[in-house]
Amino acid sequence: MGLRLFPVQASTISVETDHLLYFLLAVAAFFSLLIFAAIFYFAIRYRRRSERDLPHAVHGGMALEILWTVIPLGLTMVMFGWGASIFFKESRPPDNSMQIYVVAKQWMWKLQHMEGQREINELHVPLGRPIRLTMTSEDVIHSFYVPAFRVKQDVVPGRYSTIWFEPTKAGRYHLFCAEYCGTNHSRMGGWVDVMEPQDYQAWLNGGAAMGSLAAGGQKLFESLACGNCHKPDGSGRCPSLVGLYGRTVQLASGGIVQADEAYIRESILNPQAKIVAGFQPLMPTFQGLVTEEGVLELIEYIKSLSPASGTQVGGNGLMPEPNTLKNSSQETPAPIERPGNR
Amino acid sequence: MASEAHVETLALREQFDTEAQQNDASTLGMWVFLLTEIMFFGGLFMMYTVYRAVYPNVFGLASSTLNEIIGAANTAVLLCSSFTMVLAVRGAQLGKRRTVMLFLVLTIILGLVFLGIKGFEWNQKFQEHHVPGPGFHLEGTALQGQAQLFFSLYFAMTGLHALHMVIGCGLMLYLLWKTYQGTYSPDYYTPIDMGGLYWHFVDIIWIFLFPLLYLIDRHLK
Amino acid sequence: MNNAVVPQRENYLNASYGLKSWLLTKDHKRIALLYLFTITLFFALGGVFATLIRVELLSPNGHLMSSDTYNKMFTMHGVVMIFFFLIPSIPAVIGNFVLPMMIGARDLAFPRINLLSWYLLVIGGALAIFAMVSGGVDTGWTFYTPYSTSYSNTWVIATALGIFVAGFSSILTGLNFIVTVHRMRAPGMTWFRMPLFVWAHYATSVIQVLGTPVLAVTLVLVFCERVFHIGLFDPALGGDPVLFQHLFWFYSHPAVYIMVLPAMGVLSELVSTFSRKPVFGYKIVAFSSVAIAVLGFLVWGHHLFVSGQSLYAGMVFSFLSFFVAIPSAIKVFNWTATLYKGSISYATPMLYAFGFIGLFTIGGLTGLFVASLGIDVHVTDTYFVVAHFHYIMVGGAIMAYLGALHFWWPKMTGRMYPEAWARLSALIIFLGFNLTFFPQFILGYLGMPRRYHTYPDEFQVLHVLSTAGASVLAVGYLLPLIYFAWSLRYGAVAGANPWGATGLEWQTASPPPVHNFDQIPVVDYEAYDYSRVVGEEIAVG
Repeated sequence: MGLRLFPVQASTISVETDHLLYFLLAVAAFFSLLIFAAIFYFAIRYRRRSERDLPHAVHGGMALEILWTVIPLGLTMVMFGWGASIFFKESRPPDNSMQIYVVAKQWMWKLQHMEGQREINELHVPLGRPIRLTMTSEDVIHSFYVPAFRVKQDVVPGRYSTIWFEPTKAGRYHLFCAEYCGTNHSRMGGWVDVMEPQDYQAWLNGGAAMGSLAAGGQKLFESLACGNCHKPDGSGRCPSLVGLYGRTVQLASGGIVQADEAYIRESILNPQAKIVAGFQPLMPTFQGLVTEEGVLELIEYIKSLSPASGTQVGGNGLMPEPNTLKNSSQETPAPIERPGNR
Repeated sequence: MASEAHVETLALREQFDTEAQQNDASTLGMWVFLLTEIMFFGGLFMMYTVYRAVYPNVFGLASSTLNEIIGAANTAVLLCSSFTMVLAVRGAQLGKRRTVMLFLVLTIILGLVFLGIKGFEWNQKFQEHHVPGPGFHLEGTALQGQAQLFFSLYFAMTGLHALHMVIGCGLMLYLLWKTYQGTYSPDYYTPIDMGGLYWHFVDIIWIFLFPLLYLIDRHLK
Repeated sequence: MNNAVVPQRENYLNASYGLKSWLLTKDHKRIALLYLFTITLFFALGGVFATLIRVELLSPNGHLMSSDTYNKMFTMHGVVMIFFFLIPSIPAVIGNFVLPMMIGARDLAFPRINLLSWYLLVIGGALAIFAMVSGGVDTGWTFYTPYSTSYSNTWVIATALGIFVAGFSSILTGLNFIVTVHRMRAPGMTWFRMPLFVWAHYATSVIQVLGTPVLAVTLVLVFCERVFHIGLFDPALGGDPVLFQHLFWFYSHPAVYIMVLPAMGVLSELVSTFSRKPVFGYKIVAFSSVAIAVLGFLVWGHHLFVSGQSLYAGMVFSFLSFFVAIPSAIKVFNWTATLYKGSISYATPMLYAFGFIGLFTIGGLTGLFVASLGIDVHVTDTYFVVAHFHYIMVGGAIMAYLGALHFWWPKMTGRMYPEAWARLSALIIFLGFNLTFFPQFILGYLGMPRRYHTYPDEFQVLHVLSTAGASVLAVGYLLPLIYFAWSLRYGAVAGANPWGATGLEWQTASPPPVHNFDQIPVVDYEAYDYSRVVGEEIAVG
């Protein structure tokens, strides 16, 4: 068993991150050695020979001050720009990302594939495709961290956060919770299994026929009788949900909002927060009646109601339609109303 | 300049060289202290501002249930109390002990009036079930959590302010007692001066609290 | 070398006896010693927690303690070390003692408030210890919500209250220093003739005064949330848990400059004295302290890069974080330049100064790593950050504190410490420190998260190295405890200026008289003018 001193590079962004690291290491090593050498040399060369020594008092030199201000400033601006560009990439999942949902709770990771597979503490993904995770927590703040991919994002209760990566190397990589969350914080880990595409397909097919997330959402939609008001032709008391996802919605208050995952989640759990223009605030809250996973299923179902969508509800392993996603790694739904108060 | 160590008096403590130096130091010290108080209240103000921006409608609704007439009355009371405080300091400058005592008493009375009105207001809130807790309910919105947030911040901010008022009244009582004892003179009335600074500061906090809590968006209601 | 008991002039130590004369003192020098005693106890307590942590981490599945207990260990280690040791350390012990003398004053502006500051630290500490003894607190020193407000079943409120009270100790010390520097300087002691130590403490005091109240109000809100469940940080009630992080770090980032600026002030004194040259670029170094204080308030969001904060906020905070590194870099270059063509002594304080420059440079450079957004995403919340801040706070601030203690020990006690043992300890500390914390950089980049009780097997070798280093470090810290105590009785008697240093504190006796100076000096010369002191009696070469 060898002592590993450097993590595996298993994603596209890990290579870029490591390149920036090498640059920083080089600069750090250079300046450390420079200072150490200077001190070492001066300390020996100019060591005190007699208690009567009185060196010539040099008070300063503007040229030197400017030099060692401007050079570090220049270097740090390069570091900033480089780091910022990586961060910018990390905040923008590609349009063709595969969507997976994550719900964190003390002390486990619940992962849901769109096709229906549910995993706990273990995430199977195919090689060579960007994967986008939409995450929320059921309780405290956690953080989804895969060192081999060099990505991390806090998972916050009451909102969705996003992380994406494109695996480049098949293998099994640590998944850690990286935000202290209580007793078993250090045991809240797992694995990300990156598989060759055909192996991934086989894994997907081999799973129990649970039905896709969207199919589960359809079942939930029906069992909660959402269709009584949300009729597809818009003839009900409430807006039609067909084609809702990704559309701009006009609100009764005059504002407009993008119908993304966060908006749909809020509409289910806190419907009074945003009323659609031309409709009454009739919808009751489903807080307590639907779990976070249930919300994710409903979101997937509503996504599948796009009229341009060719995705069959109930299929598995099919590529999801491109997501026209808002460009942010966090969306903030208005928090859930609780009946009564605490 | 007293560069020698000297016997300590109230007006010239042993670490200072001149009475002017001591007075300057006390004044600067009080201003720095008030700066820390601004930062302390500032944290709460920041929180209120953030949540107000996120929930403008609910906060607007909750804010409209506050009685702006009472709030305005309280503002007037405090402004008057700052005036009486200034007159007390002026009296101290002129060495008029009775004047100082009179205006200190008036300041305390006005401070107590403020607190009394605040207590009345809070009681009203209690009656209306606007106090955060199990019995909380604000009419007119389904967003009870957010509404409760408004009132939590309202009670926290006005409560912290009221606590500072109580401390201020205590301070004034102390100054009153010391004035009665003849401790102060035109050459040394620094504590009254400093007390005045504190009192004005607490007044100014209210001047900000009142529009922030009571007046914003009131015209929309 | 005169070890015999010498009949002493009256000084601040022997002017009065008895517990009351110490517990009710107004003398800044005695208050400094009260602080020295108190924070040494807290350092020992924090060190015990550190020891337990490192021992537990020797094995991937430690069995010395449960996870809950481990979580309390790292929480309490952080709380004690930061709030009850590091933040007071240099300002309250060294600053209290020498700052008034450095500017030619008889005491601080408000001696009784100074004493109150000490009592507040003690009371705050008592509250925190009460919390620990009652069962401890396990939220991490950062108290992130909603865990701390709605989930933790530990003594959060008592601990928060202890920190709240200690915060006022810090605020009042800062207030005292600001007024003292503005109003109590001796005739001729202009701003630009003051020792750089004073500039550094002035800047620190500004941070203490502006930042600590925000922490105070944040802790009050945590208290309210826990007790009244009002939902400030609870998403179910409309609250935002990340808002807590903004409020918390608004203070806690400047807090790290409260910890390091005084250390930098010490460094200027040590490097200058033991090179026998003025600090290169006096005004630049003075202004850099102020720049650090100001910029330090603008970068708190770099603790929130992966919290869900907006992309653009992240960019702004990253940009400014690089800016705040520049004044620190300038100082390091200026100190190094001071050595050039100086007359370098290897006395213990100078060894600590060398150690500081080396370790602070590494710590500061790794700060650039975490300031860089792309790298921080990978290393935040890992041992990389733990190593980064320990390099600065332990490799930097604590070494400066020890250097300061050794430097001003003769002034404070009238005795010299044993030089050979002191140099040995400095070396042991330097080696032990690097062995403890350098492996943690590697651990962090490998992906080992922080605050982990158990960890994957492949990280064990690095953890064992780290613990080995910690045991060496512990020895290094124990030695001064022993020989400083020894020196009080048996150390060589020190003269007024054993180091040939400039500075008004060296113009008065060791230990100083109660009123510092028999005659307040009139200053008509610049700082660090060694032509005035060369030739004075030197006790140690």
